[in-house]
Amino acid sequence: MKKLPLQGRTLALLAVIIPLLVLFIYVGLRSGPLAPVAVTVASVESRAITPALFGIGTVEARYTYKIGPTFAGRVKRLEVHVGDQVKAGQVLGEMEPVDLDARVRSQESVFKRAEAALREAEARQAYAQTQARRYEQLFAVRLTSEEIVTTKRQELQIADAALSAAREDIARARSDREVLLAQRSNLRLIAPVDGVVTVRDADPGTTIVAGQAVVEVIDPKSLWINVRFDQISASGLAGGLPAHIVLRSRGGQTLKGRVLRVEPKADAVTEETLAKVTFDNKPEPLPPVGELAEVTVDLPALPAAPLIPNAAVQREGDKVGVWQIVDGDLHFSPVKLGTSDLNGYVQVREGLKNGDQVVTYSEKALTARSRIHVVEHIPGVSR
Amino acid sequence: MISLAGRDILHAWGKFVFTGIGLGLLIGVTLVMAGVYRGMVDDGKALLDNSGADLWVVQKDTLGPYAESSSLNDDVYRAILAMPGVSQAANATYLTMQVRKGESDVRTMVVGIAPGALGATPGWPPYLVAGRQITRGHYEAVADIATGFKLGDRLAIRRNHYTVVGLTRRMVSSSGDPMVFIPLKDAQEAQFLKDNDAIWQSRRRTEANPVFNRPGDPGLLDAVIASQSSNAFVNAVLVTLKPGHAPDEVAESIQRWKRLTVYTRAQMEDILVGKLIATSAKQIGMFLVILAIVSAAIVAFIIYSLTMDKIREIAVLKLIGTRSRTIAAMIMQQALALGVIGFVVGKITATFSAPAFPKYVLLTPMDSVAGFFAVLVICVLASLVAIRMALKVDPAEAIGG
Repeated sequence: MKKLPLQGRTLALLAVIIPLLVLFIYVGLRSGPLAPVAVTVASVESRAITPALFGIGTVEARYTYKIGPTFAGRVKRLEVHVGDQVKAGQVLGEMEPVDLDARVRSQESVFKRAEAALREAEARQAYAQTQARRYEQLFAVRLTSEEIVTTKRQELQIADAALSAAREDIARARSDREVLLAQRSNLRLIAPVDGVVTVRDADPGTTIVAGQAVVEVIDPKSLWINVRFDQISASGLAGGLPAHIVLRSRGGQTLKGRVLRVEPKADAVTEETLAKVTFDNKPEPLPPVGELAEVTVDLPALPAAPLIPNAAVQREGDKVGVWQIVDGDLHFSPVKLGTSDLNGYVQVREGLKNGDQVVTYSEKALTARSRIHVVEHIPGVSR
Repeated sequence: MISLAGRDILHAWGKFVFTGIGLGLLIGVTLVMAGVYRGMVDDGKALLDNSGADLWVVQKDTLGPYAESSSLNDDVYRAILAMPGVSQAANATYLTMQVRKGESDVRTMVVGIAPGALGATPGWPPYLVAGRQITRGHYEAVADIATGFKLGDRLAIRRNHYTVVGLTRRMVSSSGDPMVFIPLKDAQEAQFLKDNDAIWQSRRRTEANPVFNRPGDPGLLDAVIASQSSNAFVNAVLVTLKPGHAPDEVAESIQRWKRLTVYTRAQMEDILVGKLIATSAKQIGMFLVILAIVSAAIVAFIIYSLTMDKIREIAVLKLIGTRSRTIAAMIMQQALALGVIGFVVGKITATFSAPAFPKYVLLTPMDSVAGFFAVLVICVLASLVAIRMALKVDPAEAIGG
């Protein structure tokens, strides 16, 4: 009778102690550094891959016309505003002529004076010619001295020279006047093409230095995107490839385009290759110049080759490779990688064959001695 | 010979076990505290492991990039690549910032990773738990799972939006903030890009400066503004070595010829563990010591009061001529049993509560073993007091009042 309650107590004590011990052993083995690492695996499969390049750029106008005077002056009037449509040949504005009109008038007077001087020279030359001829005749019949005849001949030559000088004076005066008139007409700011005014840098009354733009006109039909691709991921970029364009202001909308050309000069500082991408259809409404655009360029599809997800690629020491599962054991296989696409797949050139099992995701960094257990997806990752 | 201790425990096993569990919770807290300290150190080491670098090249005379700020021109890596022994050199930026996540924001360390050969470039997350690595040069992100982001989420850093394409785990800064990896060019922008208002104000300020805005030189202002708003700096260059080259030698030659500061893995660990988390580690260590003392005191009190509870029985034992050794062994065995139960319970509670902590708690097996022996030693020491009391008891007390 005395033994039973004691045994009952022993049992009760064991009932507490044994689960505690079991839990303790479980905790010791299943958590901390001794626990197996959850991994997911994927098989190497041969599939075709469509590599693509991704770059960003800004919308730019292919042709930008900066219109301004050819010499310093003041803006007299400017009739167009930003956003106005202009036609080729349209007068956009005019520079202040300042003293130019007066100088044209003065030049006209100079011209008239030159005409008068020409008439005078002609009269003198006609008279000198007549005199010379008369004395020649008199000299022929020995009625005058040779000296006088020589003097008259010289007077004729001087009159001839004075006449041609007067003629050249006229030509000069005419040219001078034409110069001023040309300058006068150059004061008008004229649109060279059909386009849209994008910048109005000065208002009437502003003084402008020679060559400074007063208005900028772009040709909206010539919008393109100046795209920058990182040089590391720009192999295969060439003119004519199809492209998808997403403008920052139109997030969900993909526009079609085409690579027009790859710039022969790359950016050495930012290590980027530049390319121009044009729209297949002019986007409506027009995107503003300077808007950010994301451009994806599709490269030609490559033939089927063994593919692995890029998450499987790891570095071990100085070797790049994957953790392969061979007979349930982990084994690091160095691989040579080929082309990759934007969806995270990469071709394997060497090191793996189709059907090989490689670790894609792991709970922690793997080593050759890690114990693993394969799961569908890593615990804790919300789907 | 019967086990006096076992008999006594069985006599009041409920009280004994519950005392053990109570003690276990206390030991659990102590173990967790040790885990918190180990976790802090491990956060620092994880940061170094995840960067995958053998050498860190930083601005001259700084403790960058983790413990101090450091900035280098982003073309320095080309010069470093040409140094003998260097296998890979990649730019990296680190910036601790709040990343917007829908309505709220998360504290993260944004890491800019340089584009490069898959798997070979240091700085990239070494393993993923879901999704894929970054393939586009802009606007993609790989986030640590602790940030709470899911695949396909859009996160906002400064004015740009990034799509989460991959998730990783245990990628933390030295202060335990989860990392978000984004392409280097975006990160450079994020690090130095001001908000739009500040940019406008800075432009106006430049415009107002007559030196930069000269009427005779209309292009100058644009050039100045363009040079103000560009950023060609990174925080560090991560270097991996070719096999057969000693890190110290390569570090020495880069330091000497490129006039930059270079840290090896060992030096970096010194900086992170010895400098960056030194005070917080000391704080935790202080707590650990106090907890250990408190635990020891409580164990001593418990054993003492357990002994005092049965002081009458001990007097009887003495009265019937039990040897002192037997009595002492009984008390010590009880104390050790209490310690073992306490340790088992403590280890279990510590293991199950560790994942619930916001920061990483690392329970190492060696800590547990050390803890186990510490508990036993404390129990033995605590039982000595009780043994002394028990041996001093007068057998007459068994009869008397």
